[in-house]
Amino acid sequence: MKAILSKWLPAYAFLYIVFLYLPVIFLPIFSVNTSAVPKFPLTGFTWKWYVELTNTPALTTAAWNSLVVGITASILATILGICAARAITRYRFPGRTAASGLIMAPLVLPEIILAISLLIVMLSLGLELSLFTVVLGHVLICIPYSVTVLNAGFEGFDRSLEEASADLGESSFGTFRRVTLPMVAPAIISSLLVSFTISLDEFIMAFFLAGTDATLPVYIWGQLRFAAKLPGVLALGTLLLVGSFVLLTIAEALRRRAERRVQGKGVAIA
Amino acid sequence: MIEIRSVTRSYGTFKALDDATLTIREGEFFSLLGPSGCGKTTLLRMIAGFDDPTSGAILVDGQPMDGIPANRRPTNMVFQSYAIFPHLNVEQNVAYGLKRLRALAQVSLVGLGKRGATELSGGQRQRVALARALVMRPKVLLLDEPLSALDKKLREQMQVELRRLQQAVGITFVLVTHDQYEALALSDRIAVMFGGRIAQVASPKEIYQRPANRQVADFLGGMNFMKGSVVEANGATITLDTPGFCRVRTDRPAGFSGNGHATLGIRPERLRVLWDDARASHEISGKVVERHYFGEITHLVVDVPGFEKPLSVTETNDFGADDLPIGAAIRLGYDPDALVAMAD
Repeated sequence: MKAILSKWLPAYAFLYIVFLYLPVIFLPIFSVNTSAVPKFPLTGFTWKWYVELTNTPALTTAAWNSLVVGITASILATILGICAARAITRYRFPGRTAASGLIMAPLVLPEIILAISLLIVMLSLGLELSLFTVVLGHVLICIPYSVTVLNAGFEGFDRSLEEASADLGESSFGTFRRVTLPMVAPAIISSLLVSFTISLDEFIMAFFLAGTDATLPVYIWGQLRFAAKLPGVLALGTLLLVGSFVLLTIAEALRRRAERRVQGKGVAIA
Repeated sequence: MIEIRSVTRSYGTFKALDDATLTIREGEFFSLLGPSGCGKTTLLRMIAGFDDPTSGAILVDGQPMDGIPANRRPTNMVFQSYAIFPHLNVEQNVAYGLKRLRALAQVSLVGLGKRGATELSGGQRQRVALARALVMRPKVLLLDEPLSALDKKLREQMQVELRRLQQAVGITFVLVTHDQYEALALSDRIAVMFGGRIAQVASPKEIYQRPANRQVADFLGGMNFMKGSVVEANGATITLDTPGFCRVRTDRPAGFSGNGHATLGIRPERLRVLWDDARASHEISGKVVERHYFGEITHLVVDVPGFEKPLSVTETNDFGADDLPIGAAIRLGYDPDALVAMAD
């Protein structure tokens, strides 16, 4: 049994990874193909689909919308996440487990249900559908990620560090500026990047709550109806993919650095 | 220097510290010794200003500390975790409170100034924590179990260094520890605490040799206890009879009610094995029932007729205590002065 497993597990792992990433690799390949139809054999190399992107006003508007929504949502989600993470990691209070469970719930709730519920609430509140309502929706789904990242940064943050700062004569504000902030800064930046990436790629919320202002994923979806626009979508998709990848890599690197920093080395508390 | 006046700290109905009164003198190395949960750290944190008494007052250098936050107290602390700022290097850590780097040399950290805080060993972190606190020129240095994270050898080395340092800088040190040997080796005086109460305040020698009660005696090392019936009691002394020992006249223990029974105790190393024809003024005889080898010493359990329980005896290995067969008949010598009476 063991022998069979050890023989087939690598093959399984290989197939799994191919299935996961091959389609993603097709995206950039077809985006630089001269033919408008995504199929092999490739016909030649071109940047024209990328150049065309910049000449599409609807696209630049959508990109701008996405940027505005992403930045706003990531800042709001991170501010709220800081409050939640600080409370969860620092204090013991009744309902703490329930609260942290509820914060994480949007991760597992069907997003379409969330989106429809939000739509109903917004409309009954008399809110005009706009980029603002999209931001609200995005904050909701970004918070679980932001809290997860920030929890890691705050957890293990030795409380005696803040006490040591006070002990050495520093005021509360000085302690926050000289100790707390530098310690959690990597986690905060990481939370901003992760939230921004999620907001940038998010479709369902944006689709339901955007009104007439399309974000990039909504724009892409609209373009898919026209076969001639497909190469442009592939080019745009490639750009989003690269952008997200870079941002998430930076975020992860920062998160790890924060974790190392907070935990330190050679600290054994008996 | 530090006055603790009937300080109580309650958390709901639980009293972490119960009516503690204590005076710590200027320039003294003072230890708060006790098992975990005895209130020693609570007391230290209240002196530092991280916690406030529920009732009572703390005075440092004659000044009431009530309402004075930690950052304005003339005390500095070495934390159990050392609380070295991991995002700063050694120099920045030491200079955190102010820009004066003299303390670096004092605790032998020369050459480490630019090293990152996360690259330090346990002993080095401890030194940085010390330097960082001492550079503030505090009137009192508070140490919260500063050696507990170090291994045995380094701990012993740091104990010597800590004692030297205290003598060199001459400021008051208040050490919290659960390690009785550490407290005995370092302190000028020790307060032994149990369950939020101070059981005894005295010099290491007195704490060890004249423990106030069985709990203190037990916490500071092994002791043989036996019931003694009181023959006579007056203001300063009591006279006790025990089945095994001679009639003993000793200091009247604290809290002794006046008659009936008291406990008599003797440390295992104060019972000496009498080899060959060696003699002692007071002798008892018994049989070896257990033998435990500890390198430089051997721990014997000796069954002596007349005693309710076998006696623990610690003997150096110079004369072959490590080779005594089980069942061997031996004689033990003791000095009646080594016997201490306790009320409980």
